[in-house]
Amino acid sequence: MSVARRSLLLFAGLFVLFVVVGWALGAANISLLLVQSFAYALVALGLNIQWGYGGLFNFGIMGMLMLGGAAVTFISYPVNAQFWGSEGPLMLGKALMALLAGFLLIWGARRADRLGIKGKWKSFVTVLAWIVAYIVYRSQIDPAAAYIESAGGGWVGGLGLHPVLGWLFGGVLAAGVAYVVGKICLGLRTDYLAIATIGISEIIRALLKNMDWLTRGTLTVSPIPWPTPLPQDLQAQGVSIADSFIYARLGFLALVLIILAIAFFLVQRAYGGPWGRMMRAIRDNHIAAASMGKDVTRRQLEIFVLGSVLMGIGGAILVSFQQIYDPGSYQPINHTFLIWVMVIVGGAGNNWGAVFGALLIYITWMISDPVAQAVMNAISGWSTDIGWGGIPEIQSRASQMRVFVLGVVITIALRYAPRGLIPEVVRREA
Amino acid sequence: MNELIFFFNNVMIAGVVLGSIYAVGAIGVTLIFGILRFAHFAHGDMMTMGAFVAFLLMTAFQAMGFTTPFLPTGFVVLPIAMVFTAIIALGIDKGFYAPLRARGARPVTLLIASIGVTLIIQGLIRLFFGSGTWSFFETEQKQLIRIPVPLEGVTRTINFTQPQLLMIVATIIAVVALHLFLTRSRLGKAMRAMADNADLAQVSGINTKLVVRVTWIIAGGLAAMAGTMLALDVNLKPDLAFNIVLPIFAAAIVGGLGKPFGAIAGGYLIGFAETAAIFNWSVLARPFAGSLPFELPATVAIVPTEYKLTVAFVILVVVLLWRPTGIFKGAST
Repeated sequence: MSVARRSLLLFAGLFVLFVVVGWALGAANISLLLVQSFAYALVALGLNIQWGYGGLFNFGIMGMLMLGGAAVTFISYPVNAQFWGSEGPLMLGKALMALLAGFLLIWGARRADRLGIKGKWKSFVTVLAWIVAYIVYRSQIDPAAAYIESAGGGWVGGLGLHPVLGWLFGGVLAAGVAYVVGKICLGLRTDYLAIATIGISEIIRALLKNMDWLTRGTLTVSPIPWPTPLPQDLQAQGVSIADSFIYARLGFLALVLIILAIAFFLVQRAYGGPWGRMMRAIRDNHIAAASMGKDVTRRQLEIFVLGSVLMGIGGAILVSFQQIYDPGSYQPINHTFLIWVMVIVGGAGNNWGAVFGALLIYITWMISDPVAQAVMNAISGWSTDIGWGGIPEIQSRASQMRVFVLGVVITIALRYAPRGLIPEVVRREA
Repeated sequence: MNELIFFFNNVMIAGVVLGSIYAVGAIGVTLIFGILRFAHFAHGDMMTMGAFVAFLLMTAFQAMGFTTPFLPTGFVVLPIAMVFTAIIALGIDKGFYAPLRARGARPVTLLIASIGVTLIIQGLIRLFFGSGTWSFFETEQKQLIRIPVPLEGVTRTINFTQPQLLMIVATIIAVVALHLFLTRSRLGKAMRAMADNADLAQVSGINTKLVVRVTWIIAGGLAAMAGTMLALDVNLKPDLAFNIVLPIFAAAIVGGLGKPFGAIAGGYLIGFAETAAIFNWSVLARPFAGSLPFELPATVAIVPTEYKLTVAFVILVVVLLWRPTGIFKGAST
């Protein structure tokens, strides 16, 4: 069976699955699932670029999703007038100046050899510059943060711009951070890179969770506006409550699908082009690629940044859709490993596979909770009947089932379909 | 002097405790990397699993009316828990990693498989125990040991709990035993040979399958030990060790992957660095507050407490950039 026919069959099966789930859960729920699964598909495309095209081991997806969410919150949330009317902006400006001064100092220290400071002395000066920069920055940011949180309106608020701008900014922000991260980490070997990216995503999480002045931290921000009409807007125009949710979500879905289609088109074109061929050459044998004159580190940085852009946009879309930004809700399992399972199961290196995997795994992830609950209820009823007593706390146990299901799915996939359900097609020119 | 004792309690003791847990966990990670050449990501969850095994054993013992006079029951059952966890670790290898190795999968595939194992273990623990916290000290009391310092004007005492003391003793025993095993026994030497060069070890007649099995037994046993010690110190919960898998990997990498003694050094380095980074250094300067030319701030910590976890990572990055294979020249894939 050719790959094209096989993927057609798989997508048809997926469609049937969505229809069955939609029929069981109702149109409002399936429209919600669809929006989220297509947003995850965008993130999975990002990972597919990094891992499938470039062979980069990025385990820091959670950090990129969080950055995207923070970006859209900042851009699209209404303006916090109390903050802008207080001393806060001035103090933050000073902190920003301190940060810039610190970077200048470090930059200068790294060029200390021009002044004749060499070897050990240069390392010493660089370390000293880092310490001084850190102290200067902390001395400015700590009072600013304390002031904003107590008297300056609580947090900086948003800019009140259009959410789509926020999505773009999410991509830009993720790209900027990915550039810095890539500069530091991409020289490392695969498994070191995995640990390093996990660490960076944990740092991003710690920062966004605790910088209350910037993100409100665990206090959460809501409601974040939608780019398309909200159910409440439709209700105001006379649409019934039940229908308004479906129409509003379908409107959002249309926007997500447009973005996904554009991203997919570009990524797919890039795969077939010389750039994609070069990336695959680097992935399969970076030493050979380097000896052919390809700048391996630079290309890998490029692909790391490009993949992170899609992750940032996807993370921003998810936050916009949920209307709440809660840095405390991000977990490596839900936001990093889930996406890895999507790409591995779908087929790394094949964009259709990545999208298929995203949709399939997301719906599996979401329905394993109610399914497990039904199964447990049945077992519990049976065990009560024969006198063993029921299962306690079925609801909370069932919601944990999906972690287990995810683990089983990836184990089976690695064993029986290591290249994914829709594997990469290696074209060989005759 | 009081300030110095405060420093001792909060940095030295806390650092030794944290460092012991990191070190024992990192030995397992580093041994598996040395022999099997992949980053075993599920190690944290093997630790949690070991702690839950110990917890179950303790509950069973207490249900049978078995009590221990001086030691916490959770500590007494530790050897049995280590045996059980070692058996489970062997089973995990047989069920999940061995088939992939037999197919000649790359280390990266094994790493992804270990994430699958992580998810399965966490899912099972959450399924059976829920997502709440459990304590080893529901029926027993956690003994606090206070040692007064025989100096004039000292009111503070050196404080630590009995589990912390036991943990340090157990770590020393484990490390000495491991050292003797690796340097004196035939099997231990075979393990080191295989970590150095797997192909050469195989052609010189070393039973590599046996070495792999022994590796899993040691790693599983040590994981149970580290997990139980951590659970005795804090509370038992499903993501107990998943949260510290990053510092453990940092410890293993900083010490050089594949080097057990490097892992121990890395574990203590990271443990002390974390406690020292969040310590309020202003306390130490308080006795001289009057003679300082500037006013002493209330808190001077290197990083705020919330960022404790980032310390391990910063050390990791610095070490990787400065000496990419760790302080003790570790292995590479």
